[in-house]
Amino acid sequence: MSGSTWERPLDAVRTARAVRSGEMRARDVVSAALARIAAHEGALHCFNTVTTDDAVAAAERIDAVVAAGKDPGPLAGVPIALKDNLCTRGIVTTAGSRILEGWVPPYDATVVRSVAAAGAVVVGKTNLDEFAMGSSTENSAFGPTHNPWDPNRVPGGSSGGSAAAVAAGFVPIALGSDTGGSIRQPASLCGVVGVKPTYGLVSRYGLIAFASSLDQIGPFAVTVADAATLLDVVAGHDPADSTSLDVRPEPLTKLLDEGVEGLRVGVISDFLVDASPSVAAAVHDAAEALAGAGAIVEEVAVPSLMLGLSAYYLVAPAEASSNLARYDGVRYGLRVDGPDVEQMNARTRSAGFGPEVKRRIMLGTYVLSAGYYDAYYGQAQRVRTLVARGFAEAYTRFDVLVGPTSPTVAFEIGAKTQDPLAMYLSDLYTIPTNLAGHPALSVPFALSEGLPVGVQVLAPSLGEGRMFRVAAVLERGADPAARGPIEPRLAGVPR
Amino acid sequence: MPEVSASFSRDDVVYVARLARLELEPGEVDLYAGQLASILDHVAAVTGLDTSAVPATAHPLEIENVLRSDTPGSTLARDEVLAQAPRAEGGRFRVPPILGEVP
Repeated sequence: MSGSTWERPLDAVRTARAVRSGEMRARDVVSAALARIAAHEGALHCFNTVTTDDAVAAAERIDAVVAAGKDPGPLAGVPIALKDNLCTRGIVTTAGSRILEGWVPPYDATVVRSVAAAGAVVVGKTNLDEFAMGSSTENSAFGPTHNPWDPNRVPGGSSGGSAAAVAAGFVPIALGSDTGGSIRQPASLCGVVGVKPTYGLVSRYGLIAFASSLDQIGPFAVTVADAATLLDVVAGHDPADSTSLDVRPEPLTKLLDEGVEGLRVGVISDFLVDASPSVAAAVHDAAEALAGAGAIVEEVAVPSLMLGLSAYYLVAPAEASSNLARYDGVRYGLRVDGPDVEQMNARTRSAGFGPEVKRRIMLGTYVLSAGYYDAYYGQAQRVRTLVARGFAEAYTRFDVLVGPTSPTVAFEIGAKTQDPLAMYLSDLYTIPTNLAGHPALSVPFALSEGLPVGVQVLAPSLGEGRMFRVAAVLERGADPAARGPIEPRLAGVPR
Repeated sequence: MPEVSASFSRDDVVYVARLARLELEPGEVDLYAGQLASILDHVAAVTGLDTSAVPATAHPLEIENVLRSDTPGSTLARDEVLAQAPRAEGGRFRVPPILGEVP
């Protein structure tokens, strides 16, 4: 917009460097982030809670650490937003659901402790599809989040609040969770970097569970280097999560300049068939950029990946129906009273859960019920093996795979809310990764009709290093106009 | 709205809603039956595959039981936990009668 005073905020790496050296004060950095939020949050609704006072107090503590001659850490003074399904002690955590409205967790998620220990300052809890079930953030009980590139469009989901908060320049980094694409798809739709790490690399302790064999916490960022910095901070073994990998990963930030010379890159041809033409074109251009940087690029068919969506919509609801049994009106959150426990349970759950959560609980209950268990859930688990085998075979010939993240650019608010299956198809290209437990990320690459298009980079388990090397090359080859943050566009103003 | 298919009937919805402790309005039963049938019809594509020789994957990792040494550690503060309960009394969660028992 002409005459605008909007300035592109500093990225996390530069912010932390300036705060650590005393060149900038954390207090000023955080105040500036809060001012950006105050200016545009009303139009976007990225947050369920903005923690203004706590953030200012935390920033002042960081400044005191610097003043005392000590190092607050690699994210010193960097404002960060947390998806509202990450437990924060003393700060309301809703998971986007009425059933948890007003709940104040008595403990912090491990990642919340990790980012605080690295000097980051939490400025708020971001909006999400209820219990992370959705691809548009429209399933939040607290209303939808709007895409900063076009407020009539969704930011993607389920971590839409985190993606939009980074895209709008509120914060340079945020955390989300990805069960079937909930970090990568909104990152693609909002023009930011989003990473789903290897299953087990980041502790899930304090992440409100959706589908435990698929859920993984990961970073959003404006730059690949910021995403690597945040992932380095939150990765690592945690005894509080029994599925946490006992590995000491190599710092990703050291690998970013290593390039892709000689790296074998497979372009997943199955993912290009139904992708929109502009999305497929972006993937072809990305493949050329990698070839230009010295990678060996070839198309590869991995047909079993296309079975992923069906397996996922049997496995994830089954796990969800079990995980969400805990919301019974007894220990936390909402209770709607009844004459006995069973009726209290049912009334509470009926009033507290929204329609998408009810659909998935019922679908999951059905596929686990007597007589259907093997035909649906058992079969889905065997198909899950086929998806993993498809990847394993492809990774004998390739170091990484690339493809689209989302089949389309951001769609209009309301376009898919009446047709759950159409919404589910948004995650067609992201779901196989979760089934296999592999890492994948989305990096903004091109612009289509004024909206960003992300390219997905996939790697085998613990292949984050090569995945980030590819992402760094793609970032350099991308259309700079496709990358957030941008000044949020206002409703009614044409793009 | 898609047609209610044989794969997810109205009766199925009523049955699973009861199992899942959800109360549905009559109008909701028809809506969910249609939507769940449409989803299940789509995913049913995989039920026809011959997977007789394929083992199941329940989890991406080889899950092992993780044990810690049997020594006392710190726990959450009881009062802080109970403060979040809809109702608590005498250091416990208070619930309506179970199995018709009235205290």
